[in-house]
Parts: sequence; structure tokens; C-alpha cells
Amino acid sequence: MSNVGQLEFSEAILDPTSEVPMGLSNPDGRPAQKRFDVYRNNVILSLLDAMATGFPVVKKLLGDDFFRAMTLEFVRANPPSSPLMMHFGTALPNFLEGFEPAQKLGFLPDIARIEIAMRESYHAADAEPVSGDLLQTTPPDQLMEMQFKLAPSVRMLRSRWPIYSIWLANQEPAGPTPEPGGQAVLITRPEFDPWPNLLPAGAATLVMAIENGATFGNAIEQTTEKVPHFDLSQTLALLLQAKALCPFKKETP
Amino acid sequence: MLDASAPQQHPMPNAPGVGYKPQHFQDILADAGPVKWLEVHAENYMGQGGRPLAQLRHLAETFPISCHGVGLSIGSEGDLDADHLARLKHLVDWLNPALFSEHLAWSSHNSHFLNDLLPLPYTEETLATVARHIDQVQETVGRQMLLENPSTYLAFDQSDISEIDFLAEVTRRTGCGLLLDVNNVFVSAINQQTDPRAYIDAYPLASVGEIHLGGHDADHDEAGAPLLIDSHGAEIVDPVWALYAYTIAKSGPRPTLIEWDNNLPDWSTLAAEATRAKTALAEVA
Repeated sequence: MSNVGQLEFSEAILDPTSEVPMGLSNPDGRPAQKRFDVYRNNVILSLLDAMATGFPVVKKLLGDDFFRAMTLEFVRANPPSSPLMMHFGTALPNFLEGFEPAQKLGFLPDIARIEIAMRESYHAADAEPVSGDLLQTTPPDQLMEMQFKLAPSVRMLRSRWPIYSIWLANQEPAGPTPEPGGQAVLITRPEFDPWPNLLPAGAATLVMAIENGATFGNAIEQTTEKVPHFDLSQTLALLLQAKALCPFKKETP
Repeated sequence: MLDASAPQQHPMPNAPGVGYKPQHFQDILADAGPVKWLEVHAENYMGQGGRPLAQLRHLAETFPISCHGVGLSIGSEGDLDADHLARLKHLVDWLNPALFSEHLAWSSHNSHFLNDLLPLPYTEETLATVARHIDQVQETVGRQMLLENPSTYLAFDQSDISEIDFLAEVTRRTGCGLLLDVNNVFVSAINQQTDPRAYIDAYPLASVGEIHLGGHDADHDEAGAPLLIDSHGAEIVDPVWALYAYTIAKSGPRPTLIEWDNNLPDWSTLAAEATRAKTALAEVA
């Protein structure tokens, strides 16, 4: 009589070409075949479903059949490493970079990164943002000395591809056809729904400087050094409306 | 987390509940109808904030909540995932649910999580492991756990204890309660070609803190024998309703969950299933 261990069982589930482990039986006493395949199907279908839910834009760009074939290969090679399925698929961008059949869509890994960042943002901690009328209520010299934190739900992505436009063109209703050129995206969550915002020139530098703890005045200096025509008011309006900035508290690590 | 203080706990009634899906949030707030409590999958509420936790906090103000884990892998050969157990404790502390349950199954091996409830052989060895894990869970989380019977599709040749003796012995060793999934009883009995009523007759009904009802799909194995697949994606079939009536006639009324996780129906369909459970419960009250 064979004892079936969980290593053997799990390897047989992920490898459809492998034999069903010995020691698993039908009610008639014969070795299980299709009954084992129920577990194989349940596992693979649940993982494919999770990928389709987590990467709707990647799916739309690839088409249903291509996406299914790609994710089948992905989930067999990269099964979840944690029971938190909300974060499943974080290895997809790197997988796509090496996935030969999708090489023509060079922007695809960065689109997958947007979709991962949107999910992270959705589940991120709540935080009280700085007041939307910060500019009206704070004297300019005081404002320049202030530090801020990014809200826990904020994510930033910079790409050599027009990822914001590609993402928008694949929503309902669709945005305009993307123009070539790199874009930086700031994902924000004003209340419960994350949204990508296209960052104007220089804004990514400003956001990075704020994130790194620079005072507001210093962050602006760093940005205008790099991008002389940086439009501060436009970027600041975006950050405040999207509730992306939180008060800086020294005791917070 | 939204608020450090645990909400007041509403006691669990012997009434119908449903598995909570965010698509039904507005319907539930507008008119929950026969639905008196809600069950959530613990793993969906292990983020740091945002809509899932805000909705759950809001619902917990009105409804008794059952916290149902689907990822702890209590049947694992190896140790429980300490990080995951800590997350579960954190959630239970925050939510203060009326009931807390997990499965007699495994889903993780080494670093892989397979996102399904996989079967284990019933032997002295697996009994000792499961009992040790349940002790650890109950000590960590600080409350009693209900253990759910699985849907099975095949048998392990090495099993030498019946599922019922296994469950009864686990409750005796650990003090845990049982979550009796009547659909799983039916699915397993058809698949193993045994009598589902004989299973209920032998089951330790006094330990049952909650009942699950759900839909399944029907297929056949390669020899043409019936093969039912637990899907939680359809209406509960009449033979399962009959087995439920048979069960509660013996056990008395219990909190009863309509479990519908896939191919989600609109709220009225789900509420109609809950009404059917309410009617059955009224007959044994």
C-alpha cells in the first residue's frame, strides 16, 4: 500500500503530464484518474480566474485565448507563495519580460505593474490626507519648510512606454489612441477606488523627493534643477485633489 | 486598520446567513430579507484598509459575522504558517466575529499555496497533526474554532479511520466545534458510494455550531460512476435540501449558511435560497 505525501500530491497537481500518485482510489478500488483531475482542475482554474480578475487590461491586450495560454504557463511555474490571493501575480511582469510570444508588446510588463499597483493601492491602509486648502491656510515660507508623507495607497510607476494612455485606451469608455513616448503614472486612492493619474513633466521627481523626506521647498528645488519648466501648481493641484499627501510625523518610521 | 477597538459582537442566531460578496452590499443594506447573518472568507480581509475593511466594519455593526478561513492549511504535514496564523489572529481580534471556522484540508506545501481544499488520509498520524494544529490555532486566536468536513472525490488507500471517527476524535482532543457542510456530506457520499443519511446518523451533531449548504456540479468518472464536484456556483439541489431537513430534525436548528461563491446570482436568488432554509428551520424550531 502506498502512502501519498503532500509533496507528491502537490507536484502531480501542478504537472498535468505526471502520473496520478499511487494509493488514491475510485470507489471500485481502481486507481483514481479523473477523480484526481478534479483537484488538478480546481487548482488551475482558481489560479487562472485570479489572474483574469487581477489583470483585466493585460487580458484585453492579449485576447482571451492568448491570455489563458500565457497564464497557464505562468501559474504552473509560479504558483502562489501565500494564502493572500489579493497579491497573487506579482511575478507576472518579470515573467512577461522573458515570455517570447509577447515580445512584440514591450509595454506589457509595465501594464501588468500598473494592475498590481492598483490592487496594492486598493488594499492599502487608510490615512488622513493633508487639508485640500493647505495652500490657502499655510504661509508660503512655512509651507516650504514642511515635509509630507505619501498616502499608503499611493504608487508611482515610470515607464519608457505611454502606459497611462495604453491603460486608458483599454478602459470602458476607451481613451484616445496612445502616442509614442514614456509616461509616469501616479496611482492614488482618494477614497476607496484607486485611479492612475498621468504625471506632468517633473512631477515624478517632486514625488520622489517628498517620499525621500525632503522639505517641500527642497523638493521643488530638486525638481526645477532637472526640469526648468516644471509646473508646480498643476502638480500640487493633482496631489491635493487625489489626497496623495499626508502630514509628516517624525515618530513614524 | 480603521479602528483599533473591536466591534460589539452580535450573537449568532439559528437562522439563515449568506456568504458575503461585495456585489450585494447595497442590497443587504436596503433589505436583507430572511438573511440574519453574514460569513466572510478571512483571507479577503487581510489587507491593510480600503473598501473591504470599511464595508466589513459597517456590516458588523448590524449583522452577526462568521469568519471563515480558507487558507490556513490545517491538514498540512508540516507546521502551520506562523505569519498567516498571526494575520488570522489580528483579523479575529479586530472583527470579534460570532463564529470562527476553518477546513479539514490542506492547501499549502512548503512555499506553495494551491488555493484549493485538498484531501488528507484519515490515519492516527494525520489525526495527531490536525489536533496539534487546531490546538495551536485555538490557543493563538484565543477562541473555539469550528472544523468543516470536506467534499472528497477519491479515497486514500492508507486511510484506516472513518471521517466521522476522525472528526469526533479531533473535537474530543481539542475542544473544537464542527461546521457541518451538508452539501459536502452529500457530494462525498455519492462520490464514495456511501449513504449520506447514515453519515448524518453517525455524526456528532451535538458539536455542530454551524451548517453550510451550497450547490455542486454533476459529472462521471472514467468508469461511468457519478462524480459530484463541489462548486458553490449553483442553486442547492433538492436531495441536499432533503438531507438538510433530515439533519436539523435530529440536531435541532442551527445557523445555516447559503454558500454561493462562483457565478454569483443576484440578491433575490440568494435571498430565495435563504427563505427556503428559514422555512426548514421553522419546522424544527
